[in-house]
Order: sequence, then C-alpha cells, then structure tokens
Amino acid sequence: MGCALVLALIVAPEDADQGISQRIFYIHVPIALTAYFCFGLGAVKALLLLWRGDERYDLESYVAIHQGTIFGALTLITGAIWAKASWGVWWTWSSNQLVLFLVLFLFYCAYFMLRYSLEDGPRRARSSAVYALFGVALIPVSFLAIRLAEDFIHPTVFTREGPQMSGSMFATFLVSWGAVTLLAYVLYRVELAGKRLDADLRDLREALQ
Amino acid sequence: MSWSQEELVAAAYAVVFVFVLVYVAIIAAKLARLQRETAELVELARAKGREGS
Repeated sequence: MGCALVLALIVAPEDADQGISQRIFYIHVPIALTAYFCFGLGAVKALLLLWRGDERYDLESYVAIHQGTIFGALTLITGAIWAKASWGVWWTWSSNQLVLFLVLFLFYCAYFMLRYSLEDGPRRARSSAVYALFGVALIPVSFLAIRLAEDFIHPTVFTREGPQMSGSMFATFLVSWGAVTLLAYVLYRVELAGKRLDADLRDLREALQ
Repeated sequence: MSWSQEELVAAAYAVVFVFVLVYVAIIAAKLARLQRETAELVELARAKGREGS
C-alpha cells in the first residue's frame, strides 16, 4: 500500500487534461474493480453452496459480499469526490454508470436486510445465496454501462485500443490495483477467521453448558 | 464552500484510510472479545474437568 501511495501521489506524472485530481483515479478505479470482484466472489460461493450444499460457503459468500459493500461504499465516496473535482458536482443522475453502480450497491445493501430478517439455518443460507446470484447479473451491466450507453460524462480509460494513459501511469494503476486487491484479500481472510472462531466458540459454549 | 483540487485528492485518500482504520479497529475489538470468551471457556472446561475427577 505504501509503495502504491508513493507512486500515485508523488511518482506518477500529472495528467495534462485533469491535473492533480486525476490522481484519485489510482484509488477510485482499483477500489471499484475490487468491489466488483468481491460481489462476484460472493456469487461464486453462493453457487457452490447451492450446488454442493456445504454450509461453509454461506459464511464465505456473506463475508465476500460484506467486503464488496465496504469497497462499494468507498467507490461511491471517492467517485463523488472525483466528480466534484472534475465536473464541479458531487453527483449527477445523468451518468448511467454512476446510477447503475448505486443500484448495484443498494441491491447488495438489501442482501443484509434479507439475511438478518431470516432465522439462522439452511433456509437463510439458501435464500441469501439465491439473492447473491441475482445480484451478479448487475455486475456486467454496471461495468459495461459506459460502453453500452451514449454517456460521455464518466471517462473511459480502458478501450479496445488499450489503456489511454502513459506507461508510468498504467504501471502506477497496476501497483495500486494489486495493493487494494491484497488489502481486500487480507481483510476477507481476517473477517472470515473471526466469524468462524465466533461460531466455533458458540458451539463449544453450548457443548460445555 | 469551495474545495481546491489538492484538498479533494487528499480527501479521497483520507476517506479510504479512515475506512480501513475503522474496519481494523472493529476487527481488533472483535478479536479481543473472542480472546476473552476463549479464556472464559478454558476456565469453564477446567471447572468441568475438576467436577468430573
């Protein structure tokens, strides 16, 4: 993370068009991609739960979606700050990508409402898994929205011709992406270990009493 | 209130930093609670062991 921060804030050249505000790109885009990845991982784990019926996938799916929601919130906040710097407004409803990402984020926020409205058990696990699988359909729509719609407000950096930036900017982006992905992975493992330990201790307490 | 470009860049990075910090603090608090519960269960298991012997 430290290396990514130094590259993003000091080493990477300033963008000729956007100036210093372009440096938000190095944190905003990796966080958004990580949010998509976490939601996708949650859906894969949900599919495995429905397919194999192994209960451990329920917790893994939940933790992945929880991570995705955190990174999704960060995407919206950093995106709003970047919008203020570039467009002069915190939010615009005329950008399809922004609105679709908000829909995706709210959809996964509702996942927690569904999950905690049901009693713990196989029914809750299956219902949550089905909901998580429905949400994954929104990911490609949100990701490709800017290309599918005639929307020129949100910048498109990655085109069919490759990344529209210099080599050092692209290298900085890759390092930042790697750092954010690593951070997400560590947080995922720590949260999962904590939840498993919590469940094991609950079982042990019941066995001892 | 008008924000300079530099302030907005700093705000974007600061928000991420604060989020991660809060998340780590929550996980640390949870781990401390689990550590306490583990110690309680160890005591409970020892007490059960003494009762049994």
